[in-house]
Formats: sequence, C-alpha cells, structure tokens
Amino acid sequence: MTRERRLSWINGFLLPFLNVLTAFIATAIVFVLIGVDPIKATKILIYGALGYDEGLGYTLYYATNFVFTGLAVAVAFHAGLFNIGGEGQAYVGGLGTALVALYLNPAMSAWIVIPLAISGGLLFGALWAIVPAYLQAYRGSHIVITTIMFNFLASALMVYVLVNVLREVGEMSPESADFIKASWLPFVHDVFASFGYKIAKSPLNLSILVALFFSGLVWFFLWHTRWGFAIRAVGKSNDAAVYGGINPKKIIIVTMCISGALAGLVGINELMGVQHRLFLNFNYGYGFGGIAVALMGRNHPVGILIAAFLFGILYQGGAELDFELQNVSRDIVVVMQGLVILFCGGLEYLYRPILIRFLAPIEGAE
Amino acid sequence: MTESNIAIELINVDKHFGAVHANDKVNLSVRSGTIHGIVGENGAGKSTLMSILYGFYQADSGEIKVFNKEFRATSSKQSIEAGIGMVHQHFMLVDNFTVLENVVLGSEGGALITESLSNARIELKRLANEYGLEVELDIAVEELSVGMQQRVEILKGLYKGAKVLILDEPTGVLTPQESDELFRIFEALKKQGVTIILITHKLREIMSITDHVSVMRAGKMVAHRETSQTNPEELAELMIGRKVLLNIKKSKAKIGNPVLVAKNLEIENEQGLKRVSNVSFEACSGEILGIAGVTGNGQGTLLKALAGILPISSGTIEIMGETITSKNTLNPEQLRNLGVAHVPEDRQRMGMISEFTASETALLGYHNDKNINQGVWLRRASVKANCESIMEAFDVRPNNPNLMSSNFSGGNQQKLILAREFERDPDVLIIGQPTRGVDIGAIEFIRKRIIDMRDTGKAIILISVELEEIMSLSDRIVVMCDGEITGTVNGTDADEATLGMMMANALESDDELTGIKS
Repeated sequence: MTRERRLSWINGFLLPFLNVLTAFIATAIVFVLIGVDPIKATKILIYGALGYDEGLGYTLYYATNFVFTGLAVAVAFHAGLFNIGGEGQAYVGGLGTALVALYLNPAMSAWIVIPLAISGGLLFGALWAIVPAYLQAYRGSHIVITTIMFNFLASALMVYVLVNVLREVGEMSPESADFIKASWLPFVHDVFASFGYKIAKSPLNLSILVALFFSGLVWFFLWHTRWGFAIRAVGKSNDAAVYGGINPKKIIIVTMCISGALAGLVGINELMGVQHRLFLNFNYGYGFGGIAVALMGRNHPVGILIAAFLFGILYQGGAELDFELQNVSRDIVVVMQGLVILFCGGLEYLYRPILIRFLAPIEGAE
Repeated sequence: MTESNIAIELINVDKHFGAVHANDKVNLSVRSGTIHGIVGENGAGKSTLMSILYGFYQADSGEIKVFNKEFRATSSKQSIEAGIGMVHQHFMLVDNFTVLENVVLGSEGGALITESLSNARIELKRLANEYGLEVELDIAVEELSVGMQQRVEILKGLYKGAKVLILDEPTGVLTPQESDELFRIFEALKKQGVTIILITHKLREIMSITDHVSVMRAGKMVAHRETSQTNPEELAELMIGRKVLLNIKKSKAKIGNPVLVAKNLEIENEQGLKRVSNVSFEACSGEILGIAGVTGNGQGTLLKALAGILPISSGTIEIMGETITSKNTLNPEQLRNLGVAHVPEDRQRMGMISEFTASETALLGYHNDKNINQGVWLRRASVKANCESIMEAFDVRPNNPNLMSSNFSGGNQQKLILAREFERDPDVLIIGQPTRGVDIGAIEFIRKRIIDMRDTGKAIILISVELEEIMSLSDRIVVMCDGEITGTVNGTDADEATLGMMMANALESDDELTGIKS
C-alpha cells in the first residue's frame, strides 16, 4: 500500500471510526455518572434501533431526514460554505411541498402529484437559501450569520402561515388540512404487503428511495460533472478558481440553492410520507443534525449514508432508552449527538498525528 | 585559528522527517565575525538546518556548539538567549505596530509597556548609531518600504542581543540598490564582531559578500569553500551535482506583428487601490517581452489584468483582435478561448489547487472543454489521459495523475502548470515568476521551453523579480516602478545597473533616503 493510499485510508475511515468510538466511550462515562449500566444501556439502544422490524423502520425513517440535511450541508461545504440554515430551509421546503400537496386537483394521478410536490420542496428550500447566498456573494455578509438568522425567520414565517393562512376554519391547532391522497408517499410496510411480505408498521416510507437517489446524484454531480469541479475548486481555493475562469459569486449562489433544495426534501419524508399535513416544527433538529452527519460522513455521500444511519440509531435507540430506563430522558440523544459533534467535528484531528506517526511516514518540511 | 573564534559548530547533525532524510550528518563551523553563506537548491536541507539552530526542530542526533558551549534548543527563546537571531524570508512583523513596538514585542518586561518602550528607544538609538541602521522608530511598519522592514527585523535581532544573525533569502524582495545597502549593513555588523549566516540561492551574492561558503545538496553538506577560492560555476555544479547552463543560448528573435497592445492602462488591485497607471506597451509574436521590477510595483496587478482576473479602470488592451476596456471585459475563460494562456505568479494559491489531484490541477481553467465533457458528464478517463500526456511532455515527476498536487516538488508543480498552459498551443503567453522557488535543474528546463515557445512564433510576456532571468530571456525589457513604466531597453543592451536604477525610479530618489513609501 502506498503512502498516499494509507493517508487517505487514515483520513477517510480510521479517523472517523476512532472519533465515533471516543464519543461512545464518553457517552458511556456519562451513563456511569448518572448511575446507568452502560452495557445494559447499549443493549437497549442497539436492540431498540435494530433488533426488530418496527425499531429498524423508525431508525431508517429518522436516517432519511439526516441524509437530506447531511447532503445539504456537504454540498455547501464543498464550495467552502458552512450552511447552518438547513433547519430553516427544511422548514420552508416543507411549505413548498405542502402548497403543492394541498392545492392540486385531488383527481390528478400520483405520478404527477408526487414529482410536483417534491419539486415544491426543492424549490422553496432553494429560495430560502438564495437570500443568504446573495448576501454572502455580493455583500460579504457571512453565510453562517445570515443562515442562522434565516432559521429564525423561517420559524416566524411558518407560525404566521400556519396560524393565519393554512389553518382550517374552526381548527384549534396550527396545522393545515390533510394533503390530497395522490401526494401521499406509500409506507414501506404497505409496499411489502402488496408483494405479500408482512412487516411491522413503521413511519418508514418510500422517501428513503428519494434519499438514496439524491445521494447518488450528489456524488455524480460533485465528482463527475464540470459544475461539481467548479464548486470544489471554489471551496479549495478561491484564487485558483478565479484564475480558472470560474466566477465564485455565481458558484456561491448556485451551490446554496442546491444545498437549500436538498434540505427542503425533509418535508418529503415527514409530510408526504408520514403526517400528510403541514404542522409546526416538523423539521425540529434535523437541520442541525445534518451538520453533524456531514462532519462525520466527511462530506461524502457514502459517509453521509453511514452517518445518517448511525444518527437514526441514536434517535430511535435513545427513544427506547427513555422508555425503558427511569433515570434517562430522551435528552440523552442530544448529549450523544453533542459528543459526536465534539469528537468528529471539533476534535476531528485528535488522533491524526499519532496515526500518521505509526502508519504513514510524513513528508519532510523544508 | 584557535578554538575560541568559532561561533557555531555543528557536528554530525542528523534529522529525519519520516522517510525523508532532511539533514544527513551535517558538519558546519562558522567562524566568529565572518559572513558565512549557505547555498543549496530548494529541498537541500538549508532551512531545516537553520530551523534546528533556531529551535523550531530538534536534531535526531549530533552535536551543536554555540560559542563553544553545548547547545540544545527546544524553543526559539533559548536560541535568542544563546545569542542567535533570525531574519525570516517572510518578515515576522505586526504591520500596524510601530517600529519600536515591533522591536519590543516578545521582550516587554513588566506589566506596563511605557517603561520598556523608553528603555528600548535609548537602546535602539545606540544600535542604530553603532551599525548604521537608521530607522524612524515611531512609524507604523506598514508605512515602510520592504528594505526598511528588513532593517527592523535585523534591529529586532540585535536588540535581543544576537551575536549571530541568520538571514534566510534576504534579498528576494529587494532592488539591487537595496541589496547593496543591505550588504553595507552586513559589513558594518561584521566590523562590530557580529557573525552572519546568509542562506541564499543567488550565487552572485555569495561571491560578492561572504567570506566562506558551504554547499548543501540533498540533505548533505557537500563542500566548504573560502569564497575567494571558488567561482559561481563550481558552486552551481556542487549544488546540483552536474554542470548546468544558467545562461541559455538563444537565437535572434524573429519578431512578427504586435498581438497584444496595451494603451494607457490604469488598473486597481483587489482592494481598490490604483496600482498601475499610464502603462502602454505592445507585445509581438515571436518575442519575449520582459517586465522587470521589484515585487509590488504593479507588475502583479498588470499581469492579473492581462489575464482577465482584474478589470481595467481605463485604457484599452487589444488582444487577438478583441478590444478590452473598462466596459468591455473578458473573463479568464474567454481569454483562454482566444488563445491567451496565463501562468500565474503565485503557483500555490492560484496556479493549482494543492488539495486536488494532479489531473484535476491540470484541468483547472479548461474544465468546460468539449473533448472531456459528454453532456453533463465530465469524463475522468479523458482528464487523466490528458494529464498523463502533458506530464510526459514536460517530464513531470512522479508521472502520476492521481497524486495530490501538494505532494509534488515546487519544480514539478511549476512544470505541471506550464505544461497545462503550453500544451494548449496558445498564441499569447503571460508568464509570472516562472522559476520562483524552483530548483536549478528545472530552471534550465523551464527557460528552454519558454524560448522554444518564442521560436514557434508565440508572443510571450514575462514577469519576474529575478533580474538575471529577465535579462537572459527577454528580447525587450520594460521596467516598472510604482505602477508606471520607468524605462524600456532592448534585451541585448540591458545591464543590471541601468535596470536597477529604473526599478528604483532613480529620478525621484528622494523617497529612497527616508525609506518611506510615497
């Protein structure tokens, strides 16, 4: 194995693996501190997330959301942009999906309605990202600040829309009417049932296929098209990109639109797949979770699929912990998520010097 | 020679970085009160050796003696205490601090700054008188010329009690006149008993200023010479281990029609500061037009404007039948399509993307080409094949398109960039600093290729801070100072003294005396 290969192996696989492991050890310490047997907790968590059909269904359903937001963060990251606005873009994207799914003619075929509703999510997510992108590209306002502010704006906007516009007359809670049937994405258990296999009911729906499709698309786009090349060039070196005839301002706008559009797909899973109506805070936490997923997945679609699955396990397994153990609440998920972010993001290169010393000779500094 | 007059002695100093043997049992002794030159190609281990002396790295084995005392520095602080001062190639100054504040930085003393500042003021006055290092103390460093900033660095070292000064490529950013001034300072320091270690790759300087010279090659110290007993040819041969042709023979230029005509150009840099004004020139096919000048006198800005990276604020550039004005701009891609290739000055930041593979770096600027794109699909196999073929043509080593760009040596990176631009058969070539930070073997190769391009009828605009390079390659030389053209000479008539005067715009030399940039 050449030194190159070894280095990429260290950076791509060994480091993230050790980082996650460290995060889990730290979580185990937290368990000990609150008087929970970490081994028992691990067993509950793993069984709850993977041990039976329904648990696995939930895990994959959560993972689907994280794939969308993880991809969103990753695409922006390749252009050197830190999109913190996944939360807001997912929220507003849901509005786009909902508008299509509420107001199209109910008699239309699902083959038309579903692609249109997905497009609605993509479009609204992209629109919500375009203003911060413009401000970054042409006015120099930092994308981190503006996207955070746009998350708050999204919250306020959605409350207004749900309370004043979409809420049905006589309805107390701020939620829309049910979507037209044609827009409902089939549940996986229903699909299986139609082929004669019986599996337990779970919120897992066909949006997981949409997530896989977009993972492949993002991979192809970033590494096998000239636009992907331009995006990565801007991310790695603005000066070199300009030299190469690439306009970084345009790239910022386009990349943020793609990023926002991907985040906007959360609504496909949550709204078209499960709830079939628009309601408050359906996006809660997935936008931010996407940042951790992208960090852990090294901004590569394959890594993101793996990381999203892990986060799905944490979400579903954490819920089981809350259910099974008295002194553990669902907040333990947030703690674990935080530790993963700390070790995969903040302390990303913690083990790098040691690994490189033992596994790959470093080049000389002259 | 007695024991006592050895300032620095290195015995069998050895340093590995992983598999790289950066210093291989290096021996060196520097006599007190002399100027000692260390020459070698990039990567020969000079900087590593000096970093060991300055406490940045620790040697794996070997012995170091400073003034006959055992010395093992683990930080630069210890080196300073032992009397070693270092002037880095890139100055370590805080731009918006005054000279006085910069000198005191790192040795402030108590909690209150006032007292140490006034003490420092007295001490600096003394030093300035003693060594002829006059600098205004209460002026912000950013207001000073590069030469003056360098003085501040030297003062900083002396203020901290340095008896040995190490200077890493000190003349890279200076005009010939400023360099001469620096050498006068060296002489004054030497008279006062200060030892100077000069790291450089410019043999001219070694010959004119040093007492002794040591040559490094591939981590080893290959020779020690008394300067008076050697000559540049021998040193060059020792440095690269074979005979080299520094002055490349070229035939007489067959000058054709003008293909690039610049008229009354005025250009602002990225920060909106006017860096080029009233510049007019023309470049003809079949000639090399050299643009000389000290770094930062507008050549870089001009180069970027010619390549379409910066817009011009007034004037016109006629290029391959198109006219560029402040309104009608062409971007770098459009210029490339017209047949204008650009080798940027800053190889690392602009010419390549260090975290991309070689094949991706070889794609930079040409990623929209039809022959590698099929619909939306960028065909990586074609990209790789293309990279392989240009690597072959320019002998880029290792010949591996999948290797990360940053893992090539400077010379090979530069060859890759030149290959990318040359192999598209452009009509106009804009080349910035083709051999900066490139080893001598590659310099020879690169210069030959540039002349070959000229001989096939291309118009070449060459910008370089190396006068020697400009003089040996150019058919015509334009000199820039402070954003304006201060002279034009024929390549055959050029001599260093005249060019130097033009580079400093000697007609307005009043500014030079105070050392303050206008």
